Amino acid sequence: MEKSSITKRLGMIGLVITVAVMLAIACATQKKASLTDGSAAEEVYVPPGSYDEYYSFFSGGFSGQVTVYGLPSGRLFRIIPVFAQHAENGWGYSEETKDMLMTSHGFAPWDDAHHPELSQTDGVPDGRWLFINANNTPRVARINLSTFETEDILEIPNSGGNHASPFVTPNSEYIVASTRFSLPIPQKDVPISEYKKHFKGTITFVSVNPDDGLMDVAFQIMVPGYNYDLAHAGKGPSNGWAFFTCYNTEQASTLLEVNASQNDKDFIAAVNWKLAEQAIAEGNYRTMDVDYYHNYLEHGSRTTISENKKSVRILDPASVPGLIYYLPTPKSPHGVDVDPSGEYIVGGGKLASVIPVHSFSKMMTAIENKEFEGEVDGIPILKYQSVIAGEVQNAGLGPLHTEFDGKGNAYTSAFISSEVVKWKLGTWEVVDRIQTYYSIGHLMIPGGDSQKPWGKYLVAMNKITKDRYLPTGPELCHSAQLIDISGDKMRLLLDFPTMGEPHYAQGIPASILQPKTTKIFPIEDNTHPFVAKSEREAGVTRDGRDVHVKMTTIRTHFAPDNIEGVKVGDRVYFHITNLEQDWDVPHGFAVQGMNTAELLVMPGETRTLIWEAKKVGVYPFYCTDFCSALHQEMSGYIRVSPRNSSITLSHNAQR
Amino acid sequence: MKKLNLIIAILFMLGFGWSCSSGDSNSSEQPAQQAANNGLSQWELENGIGPVKAKMTLNAVDSELAASGEKIFDMKCMACHKMAERYIGPALGDVMQRRTPEFVMNMMLNPDEMVKKHPEVQKMLATYMVPMTFQNVSEEDGRALLEFIRANQK
Ligand code: HEC
Ligand SMILES: [Cu+2]
Repeated sequence: MEKSSITKRLGMIGLVITVAVMLAIACATQKKASLTDGSAAEEVYVPPGSYDEYYSFFSGGFSGQVTVYGLPSGRLFRIIPVFAQHAENGWGYSEETKDMLMTSHGFAPWDDAHHPELSQTDGVPDGRWLFINANNTPRVARINLSTFETEDILEIPNSGGNHASPFVTPNSEYIVASTRFSLPIPQKDVPISEYKKHFKGTITFVSVNPDDGLMDVAFQIMVPGYNYDLAHAGKGPSNGWAFFTCYNTEQASTLLEVNASQNDKDFIAAVNWKLAEQAIAEGNYRTMDVDYYHNYLEHGSRTTISENKKSVRILDPASVPGLIYYLPTPKSPHGVDVDPSGEYIVGGGKLASVIPVHSFSKMMTAIENKEFEGEVDGIPILKYQSVIAGEVQNAGLGPLHTEFDGKGNAYTSAFISSEVVKWKLGTWEVVDRIQTYYSIGHLMIPGGDSQKPWGKYLVAMNKITKDRYLPTGPELCHSAQLIDISGDKMRLLLDFPTMGEPHYAQGIPASILQPKTTKIFPIEDNTHPFVAKSEREAGVTRDGRDVHVKMTTIRTHFAPDNIEGVKVGDRVYFHITNLEQDWDVPHGFAVQGMNTAELLVMPGETRTLIWEAKKVGVYPFYCTDFCSALHQEMSGYIRVSPRNSSITLSHNAQR
Repeated sequence: MKKLNLIIAILFMLGFGWSCSSGDSNSSEQPAQQAANNGLSQWELENGIGPVKAKMTLNAVDSELAASGEKIFDMKCMACHKMAERYIGPALGDVMQRRTPEFVMNMMLNPDEMVKKHPEVQKMLATYMVPMTFQNVSEEDGRALLEFIRANQK
């Protein structure tokens, strides 16, 4: 509302109305001055008992986990443990789950989780699985979106810093992985100063079994020792290709901040994965001895199977002509994002003053006409002018990532200038910009990296929080901001705190996931070797110094709840089976002095905790998850006798 | 917004009802609008609320069916019920004297609604202080369980 146009009309209106209008103007100006407008509260408010419109999945960054938020409310529903031990439910502690964190370096209780990516069918998120990468000890994980549980973790051999990962191809044929930090491959003892001579990168394609989702390393491509940063698969016309940014084409190994920022242009690598498949089928590869782990859930016993794998197939670009082309891209590009049509490949040139956009069709023509300006290790470098479709000018400082709304617009995060910049595909003109608080990294539109974005909301993931919330000492949460992108102007709606450091997120309409939720695990299907499917099967057995307790839970007791005849030096395995078959009734288990985390046992499943009997005495155990009015009564005792005691093992479960 | 929420809610409840032949009703959406007898009909007062809505015809006890019922009972009920004595829930050795077969069926197939609405069950809840739980019992399993209970009446 224009102040002046209203003022002009004032003369025709009576005094009373004048006052009213002036009040309204004062009001409107005040609103304009505030960051959100009047209806923002209503737009993000989800009344008690109502549901959010979208699920969103945020990476937990250095927490190692994934968090689940509702949009537009910004309410946190769940933390899904992935790459870090999670004492809250025993993930990575219990006997059934600890092998999920096995790697070729041994048990790894922590990692840095980066990019969540939903599985896709026909280029659209299908709500089956969520993938996420571990950056530190290179791995990818698959979460089942019916149970919201990590089912599969695959280590990536020949890799350091798995950052350009786990972006998915349009029918989830593959997810990708690559080396942010190049390495001597195979590993060897060399001077770091001889980086250029010894260090290599790899680009890995991980196959995903369409039936059960099980992942496997399909093949690796040996590439020059640059830093491969981010990726996205082609779609539509560019389906069959995948694009990877790389920086440090200078191949510096120290003070990268300066030494890897010398070249005007680095590259986006375009990888023809269909051709790679063909090369594999034709046997045009070599195998390499490696050492990596594949850990996955066996569904009946709900126990991890951990496999140590020893071999991988390697493709060399020089012996598969046409496998990779380099697209010169200014300057140390970070994100690479493919628009919904599949024609445009957007580089986030984080040190560049423009956003370079490559054209897939121009790239194909340039390849055909051999418009090359050089070659590295058998990889042709295309001419910048031959592949560039346009440059977005005035796109903010430090452009990082781009998502799309499916209506011809692109949204780029600009880290240094703390803003989201909206621009038009094809004309490259900036049409809107909005401040973020502060220093935005990733941004996310539900489906915004797929062929069919749900272009209603955008979430900005900000790296710096400063004064946005009540202070909590030196360490502050990272902050997300919800922005309405349904109209011409972007509108800030909501701030909400996030866990760890979200690097990217994914969103999907709740209507796709909600009907598929698993509520219980049918007890009939439980094949755990120590399951007790009835109190009749509960009991205690001795195997040398190992004592196996098969215990059941139901509201509101353990069976057995008295155990005697355990001796100092015994290792007691508490195998807890939850006999409940009702939604939302887990039971917990903890025993005094245990050196591990509690168990949270879902209806119908069995979980195991090891407890060392160290000192003579009688020790209580109890249910840790409030389960009924008599929850306080849900407890028991285990008696520990001296090693030389003659008390025999006994329990009080009914026969 | 509201409309969408409603649609989602309806989809959700549909998904819910259809995924479970036994009429899983742990949904908390029930309106708390209940008159005398909690709005139940005379038939429901006698036979309970749930998927069993008509009188069943029962023959002499089928011992084979009862034996398969016993296995399910051990897995899903025994932790709370004994035949001869009160345990977490009431003794079931004389339940057929107290209740109709349809009531017993509805109790195991639809306990949440029974606990919420049926005055007799609410009385029991006040005594036992634990709600009878849904144990993912299908109608077929329920029939076998009923046979086992019938076979073990004193
Ligand atoms: C968690 C404990 C628990 C489990 C498991 C359980 N029940 Fe119950 N049951 C109860 C309680 C308690 C009551 C009394 C009603 C109440 O408090 O809700 C009850 C009531 C009943 C009644 C009604 C008795 C009467 O006098 O009206 C029947 C029949 C019954 N249960 C059968 C079963 C069957 C069959 C199973 C297995 C499928 C089962 N119950 C599993 C706790 C349980
Ligand atoms: Cu409990």
